[in-house]
Amino acid sequence: MMLDLIMKLFGKESSGSKNIAKERLRLVLVHDRVNVSPQFMETLKDDMIKVISNYMEINERDMEVNLTTSKSSVALVANIPVNRMKRGPMAMK
Amino acid sequence: MGEVLVITSGKGGVGKTTTAANLGTGFALTGKKVALIDADIGLRNLDVVMGLENRIVYDLVDVVEGNCRLKQALIRDKRYETLYLLPAAQTRDKNAVNPEQMKKLCEELARDFDYVIIDCPAGIEQGFRNAIAGATEAIIVTTPEVSAVRDADRIIGLLESEGKSNPKLIINRIRPHMVKKGDMMDIDDIIDILAIDLLGVIPEDEYIVISTNRGEPAVTHPSSLASTAYKNIVRRLCGENVPLMSMEVRTSFLSKVKKFLKL
Ligand SMILES: Nc1ncnc2c1ncn2[C@@H]1O[C@H](COP(=O)(O)OP(=O)(O)OP(=O)(O)O)[C@@H](O)[C@H]1O
Ligand SMILES: [Mg+2]
Repeated sequence: MMLDLIMKLFGKESSGSKNIAKERLRLVLVHDRVNVSPQFMETLKDDMIKVISNYMEINERDMEVNLTTSKSSVALVANIPVNRMKRGPMAMK
Repeated sequence: MGEVLVITSGKGGVGKTTTAANLGTGFALTGKKVALIDADIGLRNLDVVMGLENRIVYDLVDVVEGNCRLKQALIRDKRYETLYLLPAAQTRDKNAVNPEQMKKLCEELARDFDYVIIDCPAGIEQGFRNAIAGATEAIIVTTPEVSAVRDADRIIGLLESEGKSNPKLIINRIRPHMVKKGDMMDIDDIIDILAIDLLGVIPEDEYIVISTNRGEPAVTHPSSLASTAYKNIVRRLCGENVPLMSMEVRTSFLSKVKKFLKL
């Protein structure tokens, strides 16, 4: 808000086309970097399983991890069926 | 052993050949011994940018296939005694050479030259693989455009997977007045996105066109902006700490306000 005001004061638009370029680049690179290596998602999944297994027992087979894109953001969406929660020191950490 | 630098970009037409010619000539101006390799087989260009197109007898493929000795194919520059060009074959394609052969060639040249500079073709196919095979260091050229920066990012990933990490970036064709208006990505934006070291910035400069017309790389013309920018890069590659020239860093009042507000 404040910045917008200052920019208007100095006769500058807050969104020159470079900001559009930067934003588009940021989004496209999220996907590019994931897609460059076919193992990327698998490795991420394996690491997630390792961490989550400290806290709960999950159904690895039905686990889904994906990137979804909306107009202005990318989200990592994980659907991980939980079989049971763990009890004990690891879960208390 | 000399250094083997590959000039690459992913996207075509961003200034690889111009950069190879100017860095090669720039090193020669400081007395270094330089071999330029045009690895763009089938689309040879570096010869005309250097103004050496009339002197070609043998080419890169001839050397690799053993039709001539390496020394016979190297063309000496018109102006600088320590500058040589190994031209690309024009009537063959990229598959005429393989990465192993390029590696051997680069090793051989690095024994005799301080710098071996390879002009890489656009793309990420065999021609790219050939060009990077023998390189000890990679220089990535980009322009302040979404597609060029995107391709640069891809190239950085591919270089890394080939065990060539820490490539350096040259941003070409910056137009300060557009940056000032907020209509062109600036140096910080691009470095922030690609997260690699900046080697230098070349402004958009009409003199590049004029010098290419003449077949005399811009560094030979002392008063152009691009010439100074390329000379600065040569000095940085030689280990000197040279600040970006003033037009390169001129920031708008707006970006100063932004910095002040930590935005
Ligand atoms: N800084 C600059 N200012 C003005 N014109 C430039 C600049 N850099 C490059 N050019 C022009 O852009 C065109 C493309 O440059 P160049 O041939 O060096 O690109 P390239 O990356 O080698 O292309 P290719 O991918 O086709 O091999 C040329 O006409 C060149 O003169
Ligand atoms: Mg070229």
